[in-house]
Amino acid sequence: MNEVFDWGGVWDAMPAMLDGLVVALQATLIGYVIALILGLAFALLRRSGSRWVSMPVGFVVEFIRSTPLLVQLFFFFYVLPLIGVSVSPLATGAFALGLHYATYTSEVYRSGIDGVPPGQWEAARALNFSRRRTWTAIILPQAIPRVVPALANYVIAMFKDTPQLLAITVVEMLGAAVAIGSETFRYSEPVAAAGLVYLVVALVMAWLARIVERRFGQVRV
Amino acid sequence: MTGEDFITFEGVHKAFGKNVVLDDLSFSVKSGERVTLIGPSGSGKTTILRMLMTLTRPDRGVIGVDGDYLYHEKRGDELLPASEAHIRKVRQRITMVFQHFNLFPNMKVLRNVTEAPIHVLGKSKDEARERGKELLEMVGLGDKLNAHPSQLSGGQQQRVAIARALAVDPDVLLLDEVTSALDPEIAAEVLDVLRDIAKTTDTTMLCVTHAMKFARDVSHRVLMFNEGGIIEDGSPEKLFNEPEHERTQAFLRSVIDET
Ligand SMILES: Nc1ncnc2c1ncn2[C@@H]1O[C@H](COP(=O)(O)OP(=O)(O)O)[C@@H](O)[C@H]1O
Ligand SMILES: [Mg+2]
Repeated sequence: MNEVFDWGGVWDAMPAMLDGLVVALQATLIGYVIALILGLAFALLRRSGSRWVSMPVGFVVEFIRSTPLLVQLFFFFYVLPLIGVSVSPLATGAFALGLHYATYTSEVYRSGIDGVPPGQWEAARALNFSRRRTWTAIILPQAIPRVVPALANYVIAMFKDTPQLLAITVVEMLGAAVAIGSETFRYSEPVAAAGLVYLVVALVMAWLARIVERRFGQVRV
Repeated sequence: MTGEDFITFEGVHKAFGKNVVLDDLSFSVKSGERVTLIGPSGSGKTTILRMLMTLTRPDRGVIGVDGDYLYHEKRGDELLPASEAHIRKVRQRITMVFQHFNLFPNMKVLRNVTEAPIHVLGKSKDEARERGKELLEMVGLGDKLNAHPSQLSGGQQQRVAIARALAVDPDVLLLDEVTSALDPEIAAEVLDVLRDIAKTTDTTMLCVTHAMKFARDVSHRVLMFNEGGIIEDGSPEKLFNEPEHERTQAFLRSVIDET
């Protein structure tokens, strides 16, 4: 067997990499949308006036945050079918990824909400807005723009976590590389190819995040 | 004033930790009355306004607004803690202007003024905008409808805040040191706007201020606060010209603001 690193092998692995990339991007984007929505829901529920809501939600969020994503992936992969939910491994993976990261985005939302000055809540009360209207028209429109950059950065983190979906049979780039390796008995080239694709995509995402940051960075307050 | 008692405090007590701010306080204000609250810093004036605005809860006692209790509901002879819906209903009659304006920075000037009329009072957009423009015109900001609050000076922001408060047609207007954060000349402009409002409406006003000339001009009655309670209560002429209480005399000597 030839021990020299073969760049041609890297190139040969690329078509499989691009298939894997599509899977990774799907998992990232679906997961990200879930993380954005669920994270906001967590942040709002943890601020609920009722302890019967805020405490259990707080417990669940802390629990999910402090257990590994891999455990959650296995959990949903094996438990969802048992309760009669049959979805593709990719959907299960995207959901678990989104749920896991929702616990991080909820903290980001929380810091944004805490950053709104108390005087805004007081003015809302002086004008007798409903709770709902206070949130939707006054608090969130001030809280969210200032955390958009922090939220944007989680896309990259989630993308870099997609290889963990391999554990539940979702074949993204690293999975594709390993599959090629087990056929050809050469791992370095396909794995290097996967690494290259991760690097390029992460750089593109970082660049996009920078643009988002510049657009939302300065909030008029 | 001849009206009925409109606002009543009965046995109101408030402490922050060990710091007793209001001790068994009772007083009342009639409909249409304009009352100025004076007294040294820390004597509880802001706390009174905040309790009326439901921003601070009293520890004990009841606060009435036009026959309803703010924090309680009558159920037969019993007084029960009020539901959120009840509090909102009573609070609808009251609004407040703050020392630091607290305009909504995410809304342009006109929307700051129309948001509550549309979404709280249920007025139509057209009606609210017409009235909003009128009010902004009245406070001298008819040319700033589409400005962002951050583009306005402090005095202009406070005048928007006054227009925003009037837009909800309050029965009771609470003013907490609304000119304390402003330069003297700018403060004088804002006080002129408030003088006009006092002259042209019969809104009940509770006003905390150090602007003594303003207080003398607009108020029917002055309350002097000290150490958890009211130590003197009378007409501005009486209280400013011949204060009875030694603490009032000392306080008035210490206040040099003549706006
Ligand atoms: N949220 C609070 N927590 C603790 N102490 C407070 C709070 N609000 C007011 N106080 C205290 O209550 C007292 C009265 O305050 P305040 O009503 O603001 O007085 P004033 O407006 O007459 O200057 C002060 O001693 C102040 O420190
Ligand atoms: Mg005060």
